[in-house]
Amino acid sequence: MRVLVIGAGPAGTRCAVRVAERLPGATVTLCGAEPALPYDRVALSRWLSGECEAEALLTHPLAVLRGLRIHYRPATRIAALEGQEAVTDRGERIGFDRAVIATGSRAIRLDVPGSSLPGVHAYRTEAEVRAMLRTARDGGGAVVVGGGLLGLEAADGLARRGMEVTVVHPVGWPMERQLDEGAGGLLAGRLRRRGIRFAMPAGLASIEGTHKVEAVTLTDGRRIPCRLVVMAVGIRPDTALAEASGIAVGRGILTDATLRTSRPDVKAIGECAEVEGRCIGLVAPALDQAEAAAARLAGELALWTPRADSAALKVSGTAVWSAGEIAPEAEQVVLLDREEEHYRRLFLREGRLVGAVLFGDVSGSRELMEMIASRRQVGSRAALALGRAG
Amino acid sequence: MDRRLGSAEPLPEGRVLIRTTCPYCGVGCGVLAAPDGTVRGDPDHPANRGRLCSKGTALGETLGLEGRLLHPMVGGKRASWDAALDAVAEGFRRALDRLGPEGVALYVSGQLLTEDYYAANKLAKGFLGTGNIDSNSRLCMASAVAAHRRSFGEDIVPGVYEDLELADLVVLVGSNLAWCHPVLFQRLMAAKAARPGMRVVVVDPRRTATCEGADLHLPLRPGSDVALFRALLRHLRAQEWDAAETGLERPIIARFFSDFTATQKVVTLWSQGVNQSSAGTDKANAILDVHIETGRIGRPGMGPFSVTGQPNAMGGREVGALANMLAGHLEWTDSPALAQFWGAPRMTAGPGLKAIEMFRAAENGTIGALWVMATNPAMSLPDSQSVRRGLSRIPALVVSDCHAGTDTQGFAHVLLPALGWGEKDGTVTNSERVISRQRTFRPAPGEARPDWWAVAQVAQRLGWGDAFAWDGPAAIFREHASVTTLARPAQRLFDLGGLAAVSDAAYATMTPVQWPVPAAAPSGGRLLPPVQRMVEPEFRPPAHAGSLVLLTGRLRDQWHSMTRTGRVPRLMAHAPEPLLTAHPDDVIGLEPGGLVEVRSEWGSAVLRLAGDARLPRGACFAPMHWTDELAPHARINAAVNPDADPVSGQPELKHTPVSLHPFVAASHGFVLARRNLGSRLAPWCAVAPCSHGAWRHEVAGATPESLAAALALGEPTLRLDAPDAGEHRAAWISDGRLMAVVMLGATPDVPPRDWLLSLFGEARIGSEARRALLLGALPDGPPPSPIVCICNGVSKDHICSAIVAGARDVAAIGHACTAGTGCGSCKPELEALLTEALEPV
Repeated sequence: MRVLVIGAGPAGTRCAVRVAERLPGATVTLCGAEPALPYDRVALSRWLSGECEAEALLTHPLAVLRGLRIHYRPATRIAALEGQEAVTDRGERIGFDRAVIATGSRAIRLDVPGSSLPGVHAYRTEAEVRAMLRTARDGGGAVVVGGGLLGLEAADGLARRGMEVTVVHPVGWPMERQLDEGAGGLLAGRLRRRGIRFAMPAGLASIEGTHKVEAVTLTDGRRIPCRLVVMAVGIRPDTALAEASGIAVGRGILTDATLRTSRPDVKAIGECAEVEGRCIGLVAPALDQAEAAAARLAGELALWTPRADSAALKVSGTAVWSAGEIAPEAEQVVLLDREEEHYRRLFLREGRLVGAVLFGDVSGSRELMEMIASRRQVGSRAALALGRAG
Repeated sequence: MDRRLGSAEPLPEGRVLIRTTCPYCGVGCGVLAAPDGTVRGDPDHPANRGRLCSKGTALGETLGLEGRLLHPMVGGKRASWDAALDAVAEGFRRALDRLGPEGVALYVSGQLLTEDYYAANKLAKGFLGTGNIDSNSRLCMASAVAAHRRSFGEDIVPGVYEDLELADLVVLVGSNLAWCHPVLFQRLMAAKAARPGMRVVVVDPRRTATCEGADLHLPLRPGSDVALFRALLRHLRAQEWDAAETGLERPIIARFFSDFTATQKVVTLWSQGVNQSSAGTDKANAILDVHIETGRIGRPGMGPFSVTGQPNAMGGREVGALANMLAGHLEWTDSPALAQFWGAPRMTAGPGLKAIEMFRAAENGTIGALWVMATNPAMSLPDSQSVRRGLSRIPALVVSDCHAGTDTQGFAHVLLPALGWGEKDGTVTNSERVISRQRTFRPAPGEARPDWWAVAQVAQRLGWGDAFAWDGPAAIFREHASVTTLARPAQRLFDLGGLAAVSDAAYATMTPVQWPVPAAAPSGGRLLPPVQRMVEPEFRPPAHAGSLVLLTGRLRDQWHSMTRTGRVPRLMAHAPEPLLTAHPDDVIGLEPGGLVEVRSEWGSAVLRLAGDARLPRGACFAPMHWTDELAPHARINAAVNPDADPVSGQPELKHTPVSLHPFVAASHGFVLARRNLGSRLAPWCAVAPCSHGAWRHEVAGATPESLAAALALGEPTLRLDAPDAGEHRAAWISDGRLMAVVMLGATPDVPPRDWLLSLFGEARIGSEARRALLLGALPDGPPPSPIVCICNGVSKDHICSAIVAGARDVAAIGHACTAGTGCGSCKPELEALLTEALEPV
């Protein structure tokens, strides 16, 4: 059987590896749009900030893939599926019996004047980081559009690389989806102390420059000179291939719990998929989906069921951990230590913990995860937030 | 050494310890004190021979000037003494003009020295011409006085303390001696330890700490004492008896009766549990009867023994500062002799209004001027809402006090700053008739002056200066002693003739002396009353009945309205907030640890509920100490029955039918801060000073915003909010020091306070402590445990560990963990812990 996995991000690579392990007779092909070997996208910020070299990001050296007899095809973007063939953007055709789409997300680029100038980057791929690093070498100003987690990581990395960074963000504090004004303020303060400036709330009006980026103009008229603009305003599922192939798409590629798309021999996993109405944005559930899809291909009765997910992140040296739902309408518990800049926010529904964000002090995260998973009734909210739940 | 100061042993630094007397209970212990607050028991004083209780030991910590009234006030503004005294004189003159002598009154206190008491009584009865002078002793032992007078024709306490040590059987009736007269209890326990054949029987509805030293406890139904002692009298007469009204089982009564009958040397000691009753006089007489009937009186090791609550209740009785007494134990028929001696222009024709009647008259608008001295009737009298209405209707209300801001002062027009303990100079008489000196060892603060001086100044302004021209307390004492020699010959035993000519120098160095002190006969000793009448009262149940009855009383480490003991952290540690205790089976459905509203026909109060199986079914207990200053909603007298004894006028403080209801509040919790935020911090609040300068505020119904505003420390350093669950916790840290903590929850189940309070003593909060701050406890720290021994700060857990490790008696506990080796007041609690721990399961 020929199994084609499209997308060499963490989900696609995991799926290819598992299929190869479980179906020794199958021919497994893994196509990546990027030219690099499979790498840890989440760790790009460590490279950007100089904490590690590019090589350290690689997760599956070629030898390992070869050992599993996986045909790895980098820089191979699939444009459409036609019958039992995948057509690359160079017109090449790759036959398959089963295909797994794992094309991940695309970074959203704001459509403002000048957004296609050289020096305007998204913050998503190894190539983009490489380009940012090239620009950063000569210092000067950088504008990061978007004060979410990715934007702050980009800002911090560029600042460490010696650039004068300004973050432009539409809300009064960064990471507003995870943090409230208090914690967001803490975080902004911490980044300001590292020399990062904030323009918030503020919007991007245009990017100026003749041959390359020279400055940005904000909606309030302010002008910020810069040599680099990083767009970190969000991602959306990459559904281009599915659409081109006549596969049903909603927000993402629609699948059932077996990860099967509207085309029975094609599965979709990871950030590009919308599994029973649910799109995901974290690595752990994407890997779960990869496992389930591989098991399914191996003939097992696997289903993907959403479980509480957690993400442990570092924002410029500050530990941030989040799990489950960030549910603004739910009952909330907030803990804040202004001096030590520890913060946590818990979300409860019907007396059960459904989500949590920890900032600074992430101790007790495992217990919180367990509380979310077990769906136990919470007694004292204070005890839960303080890590002393029954 | 300055002999005038009655100085005793020199201290190393060349300072001198002054001999004086403790200002708390009626035991009247001798104290050696120095201006810096050094306090020791006086080894030479006959009452205590060097012992002191927890309260006495902490006297040195009550001497600070915070909270003192230091200058006169008129109409809420600071005034000169002249202006204030003029205002007092004017108020009384106007009231006399408008309403006559019946329209003026004085309400004084067992806290006064005999000389102050004498001056006040003389002004009232001889010069204002009114019998309307009563003392808060009315709440304390008026029934004992009335009973003594019915039985002996005179207010005679026949026995001496030594009788407690010589007796073979000591019956304690309505007396929590261990907490209320701790040194006497310690003497009793020491005697029992030396002579194990001695028996102690406790007659009390509650299983108090006193029961720990007893051989037998008779938990009789509240108010049924007369039934018990009437039955005993019948038993002594070999008649059939029935004491069903006591609710006690017959065998246990029979055991007590046969022991009493078989034992010659019996002392029956009683206190407020007998006196504070609508049948208080009958109860006391029922006790006196069994002793009179069997001749167990006036002989070593036997006799009826009333012990008083206050340091100078006896002095007040001697000078006659009660509405129904004259002076010096004189009869009303002796009034002309006294009038002549005093040169009194308008002697009162007869008795005046007793406390309850006095404040009822005020409520009816017939009191034009009232002078309150050294007491706080707005909190201490029953049915206090009606008392407050009365106070608010008096056109001229004068309050003399050493403490500022008492509940009563809120109604006053003139405030006069009085001297406190260690500043004033005079005499007090204890429960065994021993007159001791209270001496000055600290300078008068601010403009505070002696009460007798204020009385004399007002008398002078009203035109009677010559009769009040004393140059000091010695002169007043001589006059008081002389009064006891008037209208003789008479059978009156009270005679201070031998002291009527005491010189100023001899008064200054006077050593404790027991009355009578006749001019030409031996003095002191136990007395055999020349008149002994049987009264044989009938049992009369309390007028108001109910399925749950409220009893009020004292705590081990508190005194009255807490103006002194309430500011000593280690004294507050024993019971830091007002508790209502009740038998667990009587409070099913109510949340222990929650707030409970105690409702009666007369009013209500809100306290924290604690189940306690040492209370009998159908009775609950609340301490009477809390005031507006520390816990305005826990003033239990707001709910207490104003019924009074028909003979003594003593109110029924130990029998109020009540019902209990949960106190509903949106939030419960506490605030710890470095200053007192006041007792009006929340709809329910109880304040207590704690170690390291911290203040604890228990609150209910407060909001996070209101508490943060009161603290005024800005944004908290740490905060936790779960608004939907009603949880809020916050802490303020400044330069590493803990400044304040707020804990609020939807239920009273909030974190413990002890560990947080200990952090107020730390210069820097460590990171481990910081992380645990909002939890209120270190994750691996010891669970909170109440302090039992306040002298050495030993917790209950610590003591229990010592017991588990093998300590099998109080001495061994002391050896193991030092508990009970200080003043010894906690020994009954140690006994109770031993009993509990060693009881076979």
